Amino acid sequence: MSVTRRQLLAAMAGSPLLAAEHAQDPLVIGFIYNGPKNDLGYNQSHAEGKATLRKFPWVKAVEEASVPETVAAGESMRDMIYQDGAKVVFATSFGHFDPFTVDIARENPSVQFFHCGGLYDEKKHPKNIGIYFGFIDEVEYLSGMLAGMSTRTGKLGFVAAKPIPQVLRNINSFTLGARSVNPRVTTKVVFTGDWVLPVREAEASSSLVDQGIDVLTGHTGSPRVIVQTAERRGVFGCGYQFDQSSMAPRGFLTGAQWAWGTVYQRVAQMARDGLSVTNGTIPRRLTGTLKDEFCKLSPYGPSVSQTARERIAAAKAGILNGSLGIYRGPVRDNQGKVQIAAGTTLNVADVELDRMDYLVEGVEGSAR
Amino acid sequence: MKLKGPDLFVPLGAVAAAMLVFGVFCAALGVNPLGVYASLWKAGFGSWYSWQNTLVRASPLLLCGLCTALPARAGIIVIGNEGAVVVGGLGAITAGLSTAQMPSLVSLTFMVLAAMLCGGLWIAFSVALQHYRGVSAVISGLLLNYLAIALMNQLIEGPLRDPSSFNSPATFPLPLDHRLGFFSGTHVHHGLLFGVIGCLVAWFLVERTTFGFSMKVAGGNVRTAKLVGLPVGRLVVMAGFLGGACAGIAGMVEVAAVHGRGNESLNAGYGYTGILVAFLARQSPLGVMLFSVLVGGLVAGSGMLQRAHDLPDATITVLEGTLFLFILLSDTVYGRLKIPGGKANAVAA
Repeated sequence: MSVTRRQLLAAMAGSPLLAAEHAQDPLVIGFIYNGPKNDLGYNQSHAEGKATLRKFPWVKAVEEASVPETVAAGESMRDMIYQDGAKVVFATSFGHFDPFTVDIARENPSVQFFHCGGLYDEKKHPKNIGIYFGFIDEVEYLSGMLAGMSTRTGKLGFVAAKPIPQVLRNINSFTLGARSVNPRVTTKVVFTGDWVLPVREAEASSSLVDQGIDVLTGHTGSPRVIVQTAERRGVFGCGYQFDQSSMAPRGFLTGAQWAWGTVYQRVAQMARDGLSVTNGTIPRRLTGTLKDEFCKLSPYGPSVSQTARERIAAAKAGILNGSLGIYRGPVRDNQGKVQIAAGTTLNVADVELDRMDYLVEGVEGSAR
Repeated sequence: MKLKGPDLFVPLGAVAAAMLVFGVFCAALGVNPLGVYASLWKAGFGSWYSWQNTLVRASPLLLCGLCTALPARAGIIVIGNEGAVVVGGLGAITAGLSTAQMPSLVSLTFMVLAAMLCGGLWIAFSVALQHYRGVSAVISGLLLNYLAIALMNQLIEGPLRDPSSFNSPATFPLPLDHRLGFFSGTHVHHGLLFGVIGCLVAWFLVERTTFGFSMKVAGGNVRTAKLVGLPVGRLVVMAGFLGGACAGIAGMVEVAAVHGRGNESLNAGYGYTGILVAFLARQSPLGVMLFSVLVGGLVAGSGMLQRAHDLPDATITVLEGTLFLFILLSDTVYGRLKIPGGKANAVAA
C-alpha cells in the first residue's frame, strides 16, 4: 500500500506533534525607529515597548534604530521580511509611512504593517497597513496640573520643536492643566524648529529660566536636555515621551510618557491568533488614551508633596471615569478668540483637535 | 582611463586596515568580527537581492561624491555637498510643481536643470568666496549647509507647504507620472542612471578635455596656471558649479524618485557620505563609482549588524569614520614610507 504525500500530510494535520512543532516557529516582528534607541525620548519609548514582547517566548522581535526617512526605511523593512522572515512590521516614525511603508506593504501583501500615526487613505493605500496612535493630552494635562501647583513665579516654560498640531495640543493641554489649579499661570513657548537640536534646546531652556520661569518642559524628539537644564539651573522639570527622571534627581516632577508595549503586545497576540488587518479582524486604527494605557504619567520626583499626589490622583480618576474632560469650553486662544464654545467638551480622540492651529489663553508665543 | 597603481591600492589598503580596526572594535563589543564581516558581505553583496539594496544606497552617493571630487581637481576642498543636495531638491520640486501641467519628460527636464542650477550656484558661490575673497571653501561650505537647511525648513513650512501636511510639513506632491520609475523587476530607481552618467561624463571631462586639463593645472599650481594664461578664477568656479550641479541632481532624484515631494528628508546626510566617497576615490570620477558601491554596500549591511549581531545603530558610523581616518592617513603616509612599489610613485601622491 502506498501513502501519498498529501495523505500523509492530511493525516498529520490533526496530530498534536505537528501542532507543537508549528508553535515553535517564532512569530517574527520587525521594528524600525528613526533615531537611536537610547535617546530617552520617542525612539526609546518604542524600543521599550518592543522589549516588553520578551515575555512572549513565541515572538522573535528584531529592530533597527536610526533608520532615516529615506529609501533606507523601505530597504530596512524589506530586509526584515526577506532576511528574517518578519510577518509583522512596525514603522514608528511619521515619515516612514509615505511612500516607504506604503510601497513595501503593496509589495508584500502577506505581511502586516503597522504605522505609528500615519494618515491612512483607503482609496490609495494597501489593505495590509494598520495605524496605531495614542492621545497623550490627558497625561500632559495632569503633568501641567503638577507644574501649576509647583510653580512659585507662576511662569512655566515649554521648549517645542515645531508648531504642528500634535505639539500645539501638548502645549495647550499642559497649560490648561496648570491653569486648572492656578488660573494666573502662564506658559512661555520657544520653538526650536526641529526635533533633535540638543544645543538649541539647552539654550532655549536656559534663557527661559533667565526670564523667571521655574518649571520647564518640552516636546522634542527627546526633552532630556530640557529636563537636564532645568535641574542644572535649579528649577523644576517635567518630562515627555519617555521617563526622564534620571536626568533630574532633585527637580523632576513628572511627565507624560508613552506605553507602546500595550499596542505591541496586543497586536502580537492578535497576529498569533491568525487575525489580520487585511481582512479587518485587527482594527485598521488602534488608538488609545490614558484609559487604554497607551500612555502614562512618569514616576513622581522627590519634591512632589502628598497633597499634590492626591490631587493628581483625583483628577486622573475623573479622566478615567469620564467626569473630567480636559478640552471643555469655553476655551479661548491667546488672541481672545473662542476656539471651543462654552458647553462643548471635546473628546481627546475628536478629529477636530488634529487640526489645532492655536495656542490657548495663558500661553505666550505664536502658533505660526 | 588608466587606473594608476596608487589610485587603487592606497584606498583599498585603507579599507582593509579600517576593516581590521573595525573588527577589533566589534570584538571589544563582544561580537565575533568574522561573523560581522560575513554579515556585511551577505547583506551588501551576497546576492542579487542585496546588490539591489546596495545600488539603491549608492545612487545618491555617486552624485554627492562628484560634488567633492570635481572641485578637488581644481584644487578646492568642497564639503558643502549637503547644502547643495538640499537646495537642488528645493529647486527641483519648485520646477516640478510649476511645470505640473506639462508633459512628464518636459517637467523632469526642467527639474534636472533647476536642480543643477541651484546646487551649482550654491557651491560655485562657496568656491568663489575662496578664490576671490580668501574665505576657505571648507568653512563657507560647512556654514552654507546650515543656511540651506534653514532655507528648506522656511520654504517647506511656509510658502511651499501643502496645507494638508499637518504633522510633517511637506510640499505638494508631484503628479504620479512625473516621477522617476524603477528598473523593471527590481527596486532600484532610475536615479542610479543619473549617477552613472554623471561619473562617466565627469571622467571624460577631467581626463579627455582641454577644460579638464586646465582645471588640473589650476589645481596643481595656481602660479603656473596663471603664467600660461589660464583663466584660473573662471576654471575653479566652474569646477565648483559642476560639482554642485551633481549634488543638486542628487536632491532632484530624492524628490522625483524617492519622496515624490519636498520634505525635510532632503537633509538625510548623503552629502556628508559623499565626501567620504570622494576621498576614498582619491577624487577620481571612476573611483567615485567604485567606492559609492562599496560604501553603499556597507550602509546596506548596517541593518543586519543590528538585527543579527545586536550591535548598536552607530556601528556603521564608527566604520565610516574609521575608513575616513585611514584614507586621510594613508594619503599622508603614502610615499613617505618605503613600501615596495610605493617609491616610484611618491611624487604623484
